[in-house]
Amino acid sequence: MSEAALDPQSVLDRADQLRRGLGEDVRDRIVSSLYQRAQSLSDRSVQSGGKQKWDFDQRIDRIVTSRLFGLPIMVAILAAVFWLTILGANVPSQMLATSLFWVEDVCATWFDSMGSPWWLTGFVWHGVWRGLAWVISVMLPPMAIFFPVFTILEDLGYLPRVAFNLDWLFRRSGAHGKQALTMAMGFGCNAAGVIATRVIDSPRERLIAILTNNFVPCNGRYPTLIMLAVIFVAAAFPPWIASFAAAASVVGIVLLGVAFTLGVSWALSRTVLEGEASAFTLELPPYRRPSILRILYTSLIDRTLFVLWRAILTAAPAGALIWILANIDVGGISLAQHAVNLFEPFGYALGLDGVIILAYVIAIPANEIVVPTMLMAYLGTGMMTDVTDYDQIRTILVDQHGWTMLTAISLMLFSLLHNPCATTILTIWKETHSAKWTTLGALMPLVIAFIVCFLVATVWRAVV
Amino acid sequence: MTEIAPGHDCETCPAHAQLEQMGVAMSGWDHLVALAGNPNTGKSSVFNALTGLRQHVGNWTGKTVARAEGGYTLAGVRYKLVDLPGTYSLLSASQDEEIARDFLLFGRPDCTVVVVDATALERNLNLVLQVLEITDRVVVCVNLMDEAERKGIEVDVRSLSRDLGVPAVPTVARSGEGLGQLVQTVADVISGEVQTKPLRAAPPPEVQAAVDELIPMIESLAPGLPNARWVAMRLLDGDHRVRQALISGELAGIEGLQAAPTEDHSNLISIQGSQ
Repeated sequence: MSEAALDPQSVLDRADQLRRGLGEDVRDRIVSSLYQRAQSLSDRSVQSGGKQKWDFDQRIDRIVTSRLFGLPIMVAILAAVFWLTILGANVPSQMLATSLFWVEDVCATWFDSMGSPWWLTGFVWHGVWRGLAWVISVMLPPMAIFFPVFTILEDLGYLPRVAFNLDWLFRRSGAHGKQALTMAMGFGCNAAGVIATRVIDSPRERLIAILTNNFVPCNGRYPTLIMLAVIFVAAAFPPWIASFAAAASVVGIVLLGVAFTLGVSWALSRTVLEGEASAFTLELPPYRRPSILRILYTSLIDRTLFVLWRAILTAAPAGALIWILANIDVGGISLAQHAVNLFEPFGYALGLDGVIILAYVIAIPANEIVVPTMLMAYLGTGMMTDVTDYDQIRTILVDQHGWTMLTAISLMLFSLLHNPCATTILTIWKETHSAKWTTLGALMPLVIAFIVCFLVATVWRAVV
Repeated sequence: MTEIAPGHDCETCPAHAQLEQMGVAMSGWDHLVALAGNPNTGKSSVFNALTGLRQHVGNWTGKTVARAEGGYTLAGVRYKLVDLPGTYSLLSASQDEEIARDFLLFGRPDCTVVVVDATALERNLNLVLQVLEITDRVVVCVNLMDEAERKGIEVDVRSLSRDLGVPAVPTVARSGEGLGQLVQTVADVISGEVQTKPLRAAPPPEVQAAVDELIPMIESLAPGLPNARWVAMRLLDGDHRVRQALISGELAGIEGLQAAPTEDHSNLISIQGSQ
């Protein structure tokens, strides 16, 4: 190393002096000379012949991003995705449930015949195993259909077109147009959606995107929405149209979520996160032919199994917890019943009931287990009903536990709006490093869910 | 570890028999290779094809938000590959650009592969020119050749390579075409078998005078710095990160020889030997 007489500061001072001497627009001049160089190099080595493919892409873009057709096409694609998911998931779900509950029966009987104490059989098979069986049969089929279809849209290059179509809406809400992309990622998983907000450079707009990502239902919440759509909405229609009606109601809920995203973004950008929307350039990539094998791999291994594994990890302890709560009696009634009684008035005010609130408390780690927890709490102990299809679930909910259309609507709204799962909250913390924004991200949706459900329930009861 | 065999080009290429994907299972590595490029040019596809990893590749700008690492082995030499976030420039306007630029400056890769989109060469060359300012050892991977062909765009890769002063390799990363040649070229650039003479565009004349004055000052502060000219330009632009690096002595730590990892001493010697 040389013993330099120069110290860094003096070099910087000289550089500053020179910069001032060069005038304000040094950067522009440096950049434009760079651009000129790039242009002349490109002119020398590129021969551009026919432009047919460009025209083809542009022609498609003119339709899918047109003012008139852009949004309807988007909604139609969304509806088609849900319709495929609902239609395709039903039968495999039933088959999975039938076989997994058969295993429960066989193993429980075998445990009993081996002389295992009742609590061990109950805990292992009617608690842990039943929780797992529910999660797998309710979640796996819809995910195995939804994720690949969604990935195909992503690989085709459709997502940036969605952002393009929604840009003006986000801009008017004071949010960044790329929030449409992060919102789309939230359909898979809100934690992934929160991470995807890194594409937004402005910290203000990025926070808005993080705080509102929860308003699009993630994959863990579709099973709840789909189940309610099938049981309550589809049942009201003749069979040939039932699956369309179910899909339409899920789309309706999703659009409501988008409306909340925009509304809350608007409110945030006029209050705690005040500011104007920043400009950006959005690149519309060429349409590319998706490679099917890779899509199956990424969507099934990276996404489906990843999410399912996470659900299984939370479902096993949740199943165990529910079984314990339902089987320890204090003062003649079970702990679960105590909790349900405690939550009942609050649940009623929201159009729900005590069991649903209990299920949401237990499901804080992962939304996926709401329906299984609820059903286990309703079924209680020892009832060996094989609940393998939607008709049986309907009987349990409507005939045995007094669910009405209001319960279904309130639950759909609550599922859409309530607090993000623990993983997402943790991700918000990792991305913002701020206790304040993490708390707001967790509590704001919950408060909104309470208010909306309370209002709907009150008005419904007054009118109907 | 599995044998790579994507596409037909690989099978005829001599590198094919020796290329092994390493995934993330790397106990150590001999050379560090950075993967830079504009967003949505197929960088992640190149990364996946070489490492055998399956980072999700999406058809939208900004899909890769953090940097990913993996490895491959060619002829018994272990390469660590770092996939940088896609950027349009290195002027440090956003977090992504800063991550990419810091890695090229301070991560000291032995070779940098810049993936460019053959259908939008002009825009992509802006980044290539900026990378050439920072480091000598660059290989340009002209990707999406199939799309260019479909659009009737012909890229004369040999003339481009001559103009830039660094090797350029045409590829179709999705099918694996040209990747064998790419890894071989990277190896040749690192070993010095292929000598690079990167194009460094002259700045506007009045800026040139100021640059000429600053270069010796910077070089005395950071002897052996391979890109004093670039640092001078950045200082004239008032770049905060570069000012900071100069004050803190980070720049002085970068030596002309883009050194190999310190934990692998024997390898350091072998690289020096090949210079």
